[in-house]
Amino acid sequence: MGSDEEEQWVPLRNRPELSDVIPVQQNDGPNPVVPIAYKEEFRETMDYFRALYKADERSPRALRLTSEAIELNPGNYTVWHFRRLILEALNDDLQNELGLTENIAQGNSKNYQLWHHRRWVAEKLGTSATSEELRFTKKILSIDAKHYHAWSHRQWVLQALGGWEEELDYCHQLLEEDIFNNSAWNQRYFVITRSPFLGGLKDMRESEVCYTHNAIVARPENESSWRYLRGLYKDDNLSWVNNPQISSLCLEILTAKANCVFALSTLLDLISHGFQPSQEFRDAVNALQTSDSEQTDSDVAKTACSVLESIDPLRANYWKWYRSKHFENA
Amino acid sequence: MVELAARKHVQFILSKAKEKNSYESVLMEHIRMNGHTGCQHDSGGFGGNIGHDPHILYTLSAVQVLALFNKVDVLDVEKVANYVAGLQNEDGSFSGDMWGEVDTRFSYIAICCLALLHHLDKINVEKAVDYILSCKNHDGGFGCTPGGESHAGQIFCCVGALAITGSLHRIDKDLLGWWLCERQVKSGGLNGRPEKLPDVCYSWWVLSSLIMIDRVHWIDKEKLVKFILDCQDIENGGISDRPDDACDAYHTYFGVAGLSLLEYPGVKPIDPAYALPVDVVNRIILGIKA
Repeated sequence: MGSDEEEQWVPLRNRPELSDVIPVQQNDGPNPVVPIAYKEEFRETMDYFRALYKADERSPRALRLTSEAIELNPGNYTVWHFRRLILEALNDDLQNELGLTENIAQGNSKNYQLWHHRRWVAEKLGTSATSEELRFTKKILSIDAKHYHAWSHRQWVLQALGGWEEELDYCHQLLEEDIFNNSAWNQRYFVITRSPFLGGLKDMRESEVCYTHNAIVARPENESSWRYLRGLYKDDNLSWVNNPQISSLCLEILTAKANCVFALSTLLDLISHGFQPSQEFRDAVNALQTSDSEQTDSDVAKTACSVLESIDPLRANYWKWYRSKHFENA
Repeated sequence: MVELAARKHVQFILSKAKEKNSYESVLMEHIRMNGHTGCQHDSGGFGGNIGHDPHILYTLSAVQVLALFNKVDVLDVEKVANYVAGLQNEDGSFSGDMWGEVDTRFSYIAICCLALLHHLDKINVEKAVDYILSCKNHDGGFGCTPGGESHAGQIFCCVGALAITGSLHRIDKDLLGWWLCERQVKSGGLNGRPEKLPDVCYSWWVLSSLIMIDRVHWIDKEKLVKFILDCQDIENGGISDRPDDACDAYHTYFGVAGLSLLEYPGVKPIDPAYALPVDVVNRIILGIKA
């Protein structure tokens, strides 16, 4: 399969193997509102496909015809469906399918059908497909590191077939390439919470806090790393507030006086859960006030909200709401 | 500020419908001419065209188009509802078709479709809601399956399904609202995930979600209106994903729908959960005659 695609196209009506098939034309209804101008090659292929589909002919020639139809229009899910029925009937070698889907992916890797087909094949092949599926998704992700279908497929492979062992390293590699890659952060969270080899969120927390700390210090404007840090304390606000590493990270970023939105919001989050900021925090937050922020408030949380309103004007209403909800309960 | 070139956009869409295989117009033509729905399969579901296998995506489209034209009664409602309900899995999730691809998109589609047909009783709503909640992430957003990255399109589907089933109290609206309002970038446009480019279609996915959870005032609406209007082709009609890109029907729809949610003058109000005009939803869900 695929190897003969470079040969010159022979009209189906001239192929001896299809000489007994009577093509079935598309029924667009008696007066199609929008007659579609199909290319001849596409029209003829689909007419023959329709004939074999109608006859439910699950044969090698029908299988070959579906390859051609899929290459002409990978979005036609009926052709994919029929292909799977044929594959089941013929008990055909499924390795061919991996080549077919990889070819299609080179044209448009965001086609839903190809991923669905790939999963169906991998499911049948079982654990023998693990490394091939991890390689294939890695290849797609090397072109688009946030490819939603590829990530989704990869998560399914890990859960259904395994291959967790090197996944944390892979996440690290992707974050080395782009520390802002939210998909890689999400995968990292997926691994530390679900890998059967790592012991779960609590066991991983300490080392992950260190990892994330470094990522945040490198790029404090990174929404993804801050959210990941918070995620490490999902459903455990007490540990979140009581770990001095978190508050000192905030202080470190605030003192550097650049890209403070997430450091301020994290500080507010800590305070709203009971953290008592020291004078150092007050000084750091006061130092961030610009000429257009409101006057200094004795309450560090309110000051932080005012600073956020002025440095993050798109979300000024959010920060106003945050102040009134958490810090104005008089 | 630039204004909405409404007439031009209407012409743009009409010209697109003539040149392309417009599924909706083919479907409507069949209903008018034959009094039956040519794309309907024996199973009760709809395919993308005559002779195509049924899929839940096209089934919702068919129901929505019929709802718009107040023609749902041409359907064998019971049969369509049974088809959709039959796609629910043991864990509460939904498959898109008989081949079993699972995605929270299909949960929304099933719930929206069944609500429009008044047949939510045919599925296990509690399990459907639990499955959606299992796809919620630590950042407050939702992915396509449990553990999948938060994505504004998936969030719309999940929040929409929760809204329709009256289950919004089960999510942290403040956390999700902050994630959603972080999607607004300096140009005023919205992206669908962190560090992605803004795109007019997210004016729908993000905005509708913010409205459903009552947090739309957390973004800068004026800047977003300006961003959408800047994506118009004033001369030939149509709206693109970003300013100066090529226009298409998809982004024209989402641009106009976004402006509707932003209460832009002269645009009919649209329902954020059903993605249909409010008067249509009132007629179908509340039984209010226009």
